[in-house]
Amino acid sequence: MTQDFGLKHGERVGVFVCECGMNISDTVDVKAVAEYSLGIPGVVHSSVNKYTCAEPGQQEIRDIIREKKLDRIVVAACTPRMHEPTFKACAKEAGLNPYLVEMANIREHCSWVHTDEKEAATDKANDLVRMAVARARYLKAQDETESKVIKKTLVIGGGVAGIQASLDLADAGIEVVLVEKSSTIGGMMAQLGKTFPTMDCPT
Amino acid sequence: MADVSRHPRIELLTLAKVEDVSGSVGNFKVKVRQKPRYVDLKECTACGDCVAVCPVLVPNEFEMGLTTRRAIHQLFPQAVPAAFSIDMENCLGTNPIACGKCAEVCDKNCISYDDQERNLEFEVGTIIVATGQEVMDATPFEEYGYGKYENVLSSIEFERIISPLGPTLGHLFRPSDRALPKSVSFVQCVGSRCNDGRGRSYCSNICCMNTIKAALLIKDHWPETEVKVFYIDIRAFGKGFEDMYNRSKASGTLYIRGIPGEIMENPETKNLVLSVENGDTGQLEEHESEMVILSVGMEAPADMRDLQTTLNLQKTPDDFYLEAHPKLQPVDAATKGVFFAGCAEAPKDVKDSVTQAGAAAARALGLMALGHVKIPAITSVIDQDNCNMCGTCAKACPYGAITVDKKTGILATVAEAACAGCGTCGAECTRGAIEMKHFTDEQSISQVDAMLAEKAQDKIVVFACNWCSYAGGDFAGVSRLQYPPTMRLIRTMCSGRVDKKWILHAFAKGAPVVLVSGCHYVDCHYIDANRWTQKRVERLWDLMEKKGIRPERLQLEWISSAQASRFQETMVAMEKIRQTVTAEEIEEGRKVFAKNLLEVEIHV
Repeated sequence: MTQDFGLKHGERVGVFVCECGMNISDTVDVKAVAEYSLGIPGVVHSSVNKYTCAEPGQQEIRDIIREKKLDRIVVAACTPRMHEPTFKACAKEAGLNPYLVEMANIREHCSWVHTDEKEAATDKANDLVRMAVARARYLKAQDETESKVIKKTLVIGGGVAGIQASLDLADAGIEVVLVEKSSTIGGMMAQLGKTFPTMDCPT
Repeated sequence: MADVSRHPRIELLTLAKVEDVSGSVGNFKVKVRQKPRYVDLKECTACGDCVAVCPVLVPNEFEMGLTTRRAIHQLFPQAVPAAFSIDMENCLGTNPIACGKCAEVCDKNCISYDDQERNLEFEVGTIIVATGQEVMDATPFEEYGYGKYENVLSSIEFERIISPLGPTLGHLFRPSDRALPKSVSFVQCVGSRCNDGRGRSYCSNICCMNTIKAALLIKDHWPETEVKVFYIDIRAFGKGFEDMYNRSKASGTLYIRGIPGEIMENPETKNLVLSVENGDTGQLEEHESEMVILSVGMEAPADMRDLQTTLNLQKTPDDFYLEAHPKLQPVDAATKGVFFAGCAEAPKDVKDSVTQAGAAAARALGLMALGHVKIPAITSVIDQDNCNMCGTCAKACPYGAITVDKKTGILATVAEAACAGCGTCGAECTRGAIEMKHFTDEQSISQVDAMLAEKAQDKIVVFACNWCSYAGGDFAGVSRLQYPPTMRLIRTMCSGRVDKKWILHAFAKGAPVVLVSGCHYVDCHYIDANRWTQKRVERLWDLMEKKGIRPERLQLEWISSAQASRFQETMVAMEKIRQTVTAEEIEEGRKVFAKNLLEVEIHV
């Protein structure tokens, strides 16, 4: 089965390999990874940076996006769970849609877990970058849609928590509908004569 | 409480139940059913003339049945709204023989026996769930004689007795002779930390402090009364709590480590004898007490189940609602725009309930302040031309975000604001009619191809969910846990996204081993999407078996974000399996699944 995914060719991918101080470069031969990257179809730029997430690293990315007219970037560094938002924002500042950013996790999933296998770790880092570039070439620019939020809240339950939440919101200008199953609000709190630690009346 | 009734922006609906909620964050459509009150809220001044003439007496549930109330009643004097209501199950009404006494005496004519149920519909942007907790029943603990011995009470009954507004106006007495007890014993953990099926396995959080408070109150008012507390350990962990505990000890209350095995009543004196092994001395002791209070635990109200279905909420095994993340999103539900306050999520005291209510209000306000929410572009897109209205996607969606109806010819449509982007619908759609933005088939397949382009036999393909398994791998990294360098991870938002096509494609490309990894069942960040992962993998195991491909080559593991060592162990285990896969087996896999090969257009 052949699927035509309708991708236009000629993507211009930039690969930015991070040393992360020595966190990555102690185990992974980052220069070799950058060199390898240039051979991956679609890649038109690769470079190494000491700390890609720091401002000079980001500035370099922004400059190269503009200079080399990159239409996708791959940052080979830490987990996307940490710095993906950083590089998305960085790309946006350079005029690139944030959804055209991909990361290769060569730190948590590579340099830190294969410290005694430098060669195998470098091979793996190459693979991770090649996978990220492949995915990057299929990324599409996305617009985040907005959905209207009605300024009104339903609070279910009229015990102390429901009462407090209702009052906080109503005081802030929000319309509140408080739904209570009993004939009165108060809940279990109303049954308490005194409450700890202040030993005062709860109502 | 009174502030609620006065507030111009709070509409209070009592005797009401949320029947249905549809829509999604920002625009929920709510249906509420309100039972009739039979008393006009606006006119009633709570003068009490009606109560004086009502001939019906029933147990007062607010006073835990320690006193009675009339059919027309107000649960307690400060009730809000400050109006009476008729309990129609017990009211004599006007039929068959006219009673109608309350209506006769009501000068303001605000009583109507014909009052009707109301159905209300309205729209809201956010929802706060504050369904509270209930007191456990002590009856199953027969060894304590609750319900059999008059002077054995539950802590909530005691709470009413010692309340200045309670049935005794705060005067302590024991039920059998209405005399001030010379000795009171408290038994802790009744129904809490209980693993024999009669209670709950968790600690109910509030009972230690509640008992300390009660003991202090007794000692304050009746210093001569001897107070003993039988406990497993005292959990006084909140601010100022340890001070209270120390004060209680200083006031003369005796704390004895050990839970009584049995309580027996002396039939003549109605005094109680508690048999206990003292944990500090190891001695078997008997303690006589004129009154015993069972410190009962808290549990989730039974009717939380209805709301769970209505709002697509999730429960933990203890039956309270599950928060989106126990540390970082403690008041958010997994359903966007829904928040938890108070005991809906776990038993709490007043202070924690108030704190959490404020947090829930702030979270809800955060969404409403801007007036709009941004929806990450990872949602599903349906190609309606390819939809045959089979309904699988709607069934698979944990959020009810997809509508489809074959009978009425409604093609699958996704409510983008409700879609969280797990991708389960995309993986389950057999027609290829659903694409996940930013997690498309070709994006993932191209990663498989790039990985297996060289030395495929040396590599393990791992599909890992963003929230748990991928994060577990991150944690293994942070912990510097070493494992073989043969695995390569492909990230999806949820394991529910991992399409059958991708897995078969990987085998067709020569993968020796494929691992699908997600969150543990209760941890799934998309409610229960990973149950679809499990079913899918099980079907593939059957298929592999039939085709003569060793099913062990496809593995399924649940790894949480906190399980770094489990991640490491899994990777070691995967490598062991990989080493057993022969070149012939890999070739056989390539051949058998060759027709499942998907071609991506670009060269990797």
